[in-house]
Amino acid sequence: MAEVLVLVEHTDGTPKKVSFELLTFAKRLGTPSAVVLGGPGAGAAAEKLKEYGAEKVYVGESADLVDYLVAPKAEVLAELVGKTSPAAVLVASTSESKEVAARVAVKTGSGLITDAVDVSAEGIATQNIYGGAIVVQSKVSKGTPIITVRPNSVAAEAAAGAGTVENLTVSVSDAAKGARVVEKVAEKKSGRPELTEASIVVSGGRGLGGAEHFAVVEALADELHAAVGASRAATDAGWYPHTFQVGQTGKTVSPQLYIACGISGAIQHRAGMQTSKTIVAINKDPEAPIFELADFGVVGDLFQVVPQLTEEVKKRHG
Amino acid sequence: MNIVVCVKQVPDTWAEKKLNPADKTQDRDSVDNVMNEIDEYAVEEALRIKEKLGTGEVTVLTMGPDKAVETIRKALSMGADKAVHISDPALHGTCVVQTSAVLAAALKGLEWDLVIAGSEATDSRVSVMAPLLSEQLGVPQLSLARKVTVDGGNVTVERVTEDGYDVVSAATPAIVSVVEKTNEPRYPSFKGIMAAKKKPLETKTVADLGIDAGTVGLAGATSEVVDFANRPPRSKGEIVKDEGDGGVKIATYLAGQKLI
Repeated sequence: MAEVLVLVEHTDGTPKKVSFELLTFAKRLGTPSAVVLGGPGAGAAAEKLKEYGAEKVYVGESADLVDYLVAPKAEVLAELVGKTSPAAVLVASTSESKEVAARVAVKTGSGLITDAVDVSAEGIATQNIYGGAIVVQSKVSKGTPIITVRPNSVAAEAAAGAGTVENLTVSVSDAAKGARVVEKVAEKKSGRPELTEASIVVSGGRGLGGAEHFAVVEALADELHAAVGASRAATDAGWYPHTFQVGQTGKTVSPQLYIACGISGAIQHRAGMQTSKTIVAINKDPEAPIFELADFGVVGDLFQVVPQLTEEVKKRHG
Repeated sequence: MNIVVCVKQVPDTWAEKKLNPADKTQDRDSVDNVMNEIDEYAVEEALRIKEKLGTGEVTVLTMGPDKAVETIRKALSMGADKAVHISDPALHGTCVVQTSAVLAAALKGLEWDLVIAGSEATDSRVSVMAPLLSEQLGVPQLSLARKVTVDGGNVTVERVTEDGYDVVSAATPAIVSVVEKTNEPRYPSFKGIMAAKKKPLETKTVADLGIDAGTVGLAGATSEVVDFANRPPRSKGEIVKDEGDGGVKIATYLAGQKLI
């Protein structure tokens, strides 16, 4: 069976959950091979990857891969595509990895499908487009299928793989060193799960009325071990960083549970969350469009309802 | 500094977007079409750079059907100097990768130091035009910028990341994409709208760009839509009024769903 390359998402050698999900999809298409690219130490990811079926783990470690934006990773991955002729390349739908995928598609003369939520054994990708209103089946018709897959699209299945490590010689061309990363700034280190990977997301919007009131949302999120999201109204107002924006021009999330606090549910927001499995909404306005999506909604003051919910969850968790 | 801004005409955000059942492409005829919202920020950023430097030209570039000229007019009325419209029936159904090849071919015929695009179009949401153009043209990519600073022949951006931002720098020529936190786009003035009618607008076909028509359109697409269906609407949930126990009621619901 042909290899299927999976570009691993990781933080300094610790793989993210979506990497295991990608390996689970890869098994449907062929023999999963993980590709770990990063600075020195990134290869530590190999141990975990073989527990999810990676037969091979290609490791490319070089400061160039993190000191320059995206292009070096694409160069290494495209070279590997040329060498292994894989059945497909699966990449997580994170902003950076989508960019890597785009460049690899051009380099290898291949088709690109983004934001898949399912991939069949035949390589047919399912996408939710137009904010989830239409479900599309697509396939790549030229070159190697390059498919980016949204986190939380499948339950990662543990499976023993050989996990044979093959170290790549990373030599990045000068052409790929055009955009230099001068500084990395972390604005909000929360310790919470990542927004697109979290199984529960608690989001706040205009109804919060100010940055300081996000504490109400954060308290509930922490009790539920959830990620915190924000509507565009809240990030535009500067109440919460843009990184946490859910919706069009922000993140698309599809958690088991989405709790919208003080969010009216404008179409831009709905485009980023309406494929969530269960949606709960709290809003003052009974006419708010978010209630059209909600499986359970409470019309009321979020400053009363949300803290009470937090307390109640705390009690039940004992 | 000469800047090319890439803009796209898309269905209005509030419109109910549909696909044509016959060829599975986006239905552009049954909806109002507007300039992609984030592209307004790209136009604004280009104008601000030009105004700050006091020199250079801003050229608008779009690929789209004849009516995309409305989007070009909007950019010109905001203050861009001239425009290139790639319009050809052969382009109908072109995939994202081949779109980048067409735009790159057009960019090769223009003089520029910077290309600025919006980070994402609200219809397709593929969100990778900047890296695609960067790869096609072999110039650096400065994407997802929330802040753009031009200093001589260098451009530095604050690139939005998962947990904050990266400061990324490149020498021109470079491809920039901006997010909607970059600036506040201006409204076209009456004077601007009148002036836009007289600004140079060049229309180009695929042949004008030296592109083989067989490599674009539905026939040349690198991916294809096999099938599509409308998602059934979510079933109506239970909405209650808070009687002082709203939080408890939610917790009871969540426990019933085994979510807590």
